[in-house]
Amino acid sequence: MKSYFSELFTGGWSLIVGLKITLKALFTPIVTVQYPREKSVITPNYRGHIDLVKFEDTGTHKCITCGSCMRDCPSDCIVVDGEKREGVKGKFCTVFTLDFAKCSLCGACVEVCPTKTLDYSDEYELAGFARGDFQYDLLKRVEERE
Amino acid sequence: MAMDVEILDDPKHHRYVLNMGPQHPSTHGVLRVLLELEGEYAMELLPVLGYGHRCHEKIAEHKPAKSFMPNTARMDYLGALIYNHGFAQLLERATGIEVPERAEYIRVITSELNRIQSHLLWYGAYLLDLGAFTPIMYAFDDREHILDILEDVTGSRLTYCYFRVGGVSKDIDDKFVTSTRAFIDRLRSRFPMYEGLVNGNVILQKRLIDVGELDPKICSRYGITGPLLRGAGVGYDLRKSEPYSIYDRFDFEVPTETKGDCMASFLVRFREMEQSLRIIEQALDSLPEGPVMAAKVPKKLKIPAGDYNSSVEAPRGELSYYLVSDGTDVPYRLKVRTPSYSNLSVIPEMCQGMLLSDVVSAMGALDLVIPEIDR
Ligand code: SF4
Ligand code: SF4
Repeated sequence: MKSYFSELFTGGWSLIVGLKITLKALFTPIVTVQYPREKSVITPNYRGHIDLVKFEDTGTHKCITCGSCMRDCPSDCIVVDGEKREGVKGKFCTVFTLDFAKCSLCGACVEVCPTKTLDYSDEYELAGFARGDFQYDLLKRVEERE
Repeated sequence: MAMDVEILDDPKHHRYVLNMGPQHPSTHGVLRVLLELEGEYAMELLPVLGYGHRCHEKIAEHKPAKSFMPNTARMDYLGALIYNHGFAQLLERATGIEVPERAEYIRVITSELNRIQSHLLWYGAYLLDLGAFTPIMYAFDDREHILDILEDVTGSRLTYCYFRVGGVSKDIDDKFVTSTRAFIDRLRSRFPMYEGLVNGNVILQKRLIDVGELDPKICSRYGITGPLLRGAGVGYDLRKSEPYSIYDRFDFEVPTETKGDCMASFLVRFREMEQSLRIIEQALDSLPEGPVMAAKVPKKLKIPAGDYNSSVEAPRGELSYYLVSDGTDVPYRLKVRTPSYSNLSVIPEMCQGMLLSDVVSAMGALDLVIPEIDR
């Protein structure tokens, strides 16, 4: 009988302790971000999908179509192609597509690129409705970027 | 074990079959458990696996070993860095590449942060399974700080691919050190709050104490490792018993309990967070300067013929990679021993004759991550 009441008391007290903590939390500042209306700050080191870097000096990317990124990608998501052009050292890049649906953001392509022309973008709102939405034409993207 | 059709058909027994999962809130993924119930008691249980099978081991046989790193993170999405660690260590052992000192420290710090993150998520989700909604909000608040810290250095928030053969892909900076130190203080100050809110709660105690008891014998029969084994009284933690990386340099304890019930593994995990904080603190104090990548890592990583093994302590138990190489850069075979798979296999024996609500308690205490079981 005695243990029954002591259990009742300790049990009841544990609930009161818990309620006190939640009550205190009611008066602490809000930590959540009201997402579509507010956005949290993304770190510059965030790894989004890969993008070609636009270099200031040339006004465009520096891809030499060596194909290292294509070969090193574990998921085969990059397709690069190019042709020989007059006055251009190396090859001129004509096709650069990324199948982001397959990309695992491992970073192998960025690390292997000899001209450092690949980098991660900081976009994270990347939902799409069809598989085709994730076929990115990186050449087009680099031209459109100012 | 098979469902006994004769008993099922016999009206005297009042037995019926219930499907728990594949989409059930307390299975955290696509695990299905066939339950044969008599009233509210689970008489037979049969876990059905394979809904999330992605052939990771087979994929490993088809591409250069180095390229398997992102896959390791997808097996256990809560312990991605620790899975990275095991795999990087495996290839380093196989090829004899030395990892710079600083990289080892970074690996340990980030791995331990990852472990705390995993335990915090388990903590919240487990209590959610048991019907308490509030704690997960508190746990996620803390967990968010770890994700932010790790995002800043790895670039991702969940499925990290940060470690490389021979080091890590990016050095940490002062910001990382200060924010990690701030986080250590923060989490320490939150422990008393968790203890008051959850650990001492009478409802929690009634639902966990004496439920799902495991003794060391059962554990060794099923190959159970991790907090469950330590909850049963065996202080087996690879970081202590077979120190890999630089874990032998740190002073930390392996928390154990004796009873082996759900409460024991609950407390073991809870205390492990503090021990991980201790490791991080010491590692930050003695963080050496230097490079974070080995100087010479060949582009084409040829693995000498032979077989290699590397084991690490994942949040859920012992993780082993076993690689057989025929001398090329593509593994001939890669076997991954994941802890949850062995831990799950005890369910039929552990939960037999339990109340259905206790089955949820016991399964939550296993801390299953289904993609790791169905790798
Ligand atoms: S990040 Fe990895 S998976 Fe994605 S495109 Fe680059 S190499 Fe391929
Ligand atoms: S590795 Fe760099 S330079 Fe070579 S094809 Fe890829 S983006 Fe172009």
